[in-house]
Amino acid sequence: MSFPETKEKLPPKIRRDLDRVKEMLKPCIQCGTCSASCPNAEFMDLTPRQMWRMVLMDQVESLYASHSFTMCSACYWCTLRCPRGLELTRAMGELKQVGARLKLEASKHSDLFYRLFLDNIRQYGRVREMELMGRYFWGLKNPITPISYAPLGLAMMRRGKIKPELPGHGPGKLDALFEAAGKREGK
Amino acid sequence: MKSYLYYPGCSLTGTAKEYDLSVRVLIERLGGSLVEIEDWTCCGATAAQSVDSSIALALAGRNLALAEKTGFPDGTDDVLVPCSACYLNLKTAQADIKADKAVKAGVNRVLAQENLSVEGHPMVRHLLDVLSRDVVWEPSLFPASMEGLVVAPYYGCQCLRPFKVFDDPESPRSMDAMIGATGAGVLDWEMGAQCCGASNATTKPESGRILVDNILGAARDAHCIVTVCPMCQMNLETCGKKENWVPVLYLPQFLGLAMGIDRDALGLGLNLTDNRELTEHPQGG
Repeated sequence: MSFPETKEKLPPKIRRDLDRVKEMLKPCIQCGTCSASCPNAEFMDLTPRQMWRMVLMDQVESLYASHSFTMCSACYWCTLRCPRGLELTRAMGELKQVGARLKLEASKHSDLFYRLFLDNIRQYGRVREMELMGRYFWGLKNPITPISYAPLGLAMMRRGKIKPELPGHGPGKLDALFEAAGKREGK
Repeated sequence: MKSYLYYPGCSLTGTAKEYDLSVRVLIERLGGSLVEIEDWTCCGATAAQSVDSSIALALAGRNLALAEKTGFPDGTDDVLVPCSACYLNLKTAQADIKADKAVKAGVNRVLAQENLSVEGHPMVRHLLDVLSRDVVWEPSLFPASMEGLVVAPYYGCQCLRPFKVFDDPESPRSMDAMIGATGAGVLDWEMGAQCCGASNATTKPESGRILVDNILGAARDAHCIVTVCPMCQMNLETCGKKENWVPVLYLPQFLGLAMGIDRDALGLGLNLTDNRELTEHPQGG
């Protein structure tokens, strides 16, 4: 999906989420310490500082036209160094959630991985890494990636770190928790 | 050393088995003990917080509730967590639950589905916090001196930031004393607190690999890198260019070696980088 032309055309719930991020970012003085501290800034076409400005100016359509918000690896350098004490990593996490909820193209890979991850722990409680990666590679619909990971997978199997298991059926270990938490989120 | 409630986390039951083995054997050797939290489940990792905040809080909250239910040995509130991502998730949830009654009530409404509830009092502590502040490191602990080796201490991010607990989050030094006590030298480098790319290594391998190669390249003069996080370990062992590869050990594996603990007991054959040279080191165990 692509992002609507303006923030007004977004579902109300998502508008509220973005307003919350805007409120968090209000004290931002645009000093750029976050961008200078970000290990992934060189892979972004919008710097973190520019992204905060876009949120504050209600120009989120420009923010979501780029894939930059998905590049954050949650290293917390920006949060540590922000002279205004803003929880910038948390703000970026909120922006990622919005991207994922709108099923944006930029969020596609991370969103696929994260959703399969959550399905996996909902079913088993603990991550079954082999099944997760298998489903992720299947979902990517690209034969190259799994082939490039095959030697690593074999090395892991040889060491007994991952093992093939039959996928679980029936009720999941954490169904009740996921359902109750989902209701609270209002979805 | 005292007893701790133990939250291993998913990686330590699979891809980071050797971290679990070496943590357990090291704590035991130091005279401490671990009581595993009963029925623990995933902390939510990066996935939950990137998709849905309330699921993230519920997943972490469940484990805190189980910690409280399992009960603390020695009357302490300490939960020892070796994985930096689990540590940060559990600690963030604990801080939010303790600070905000509405958050606590919300989590407890979800946990009520399983007849659980959380107060928010556990002290979530990273393995490195416990090792650096609860142990006095002396050369006498290490019969198998590592003299002659140079070790690159890699801290990563989430055990240092955003919570400033046991070390300087910009230029961490908490591993210096323990590595020094083994007889090994500590590599003077700038990369100890730099990011390895974390989950970007899976979803955006192009950028993740560059970050990893920067770290490995800077460790060129070291005999090994030591880590305190299964994600960092996996990225450093698998994402870099072959010519940059250097043995990467979990910190407790390295300390265990210097104590003279058997290679197999430390799971040293399970690492993905070859570390046999270190144990064939003339002075080494």
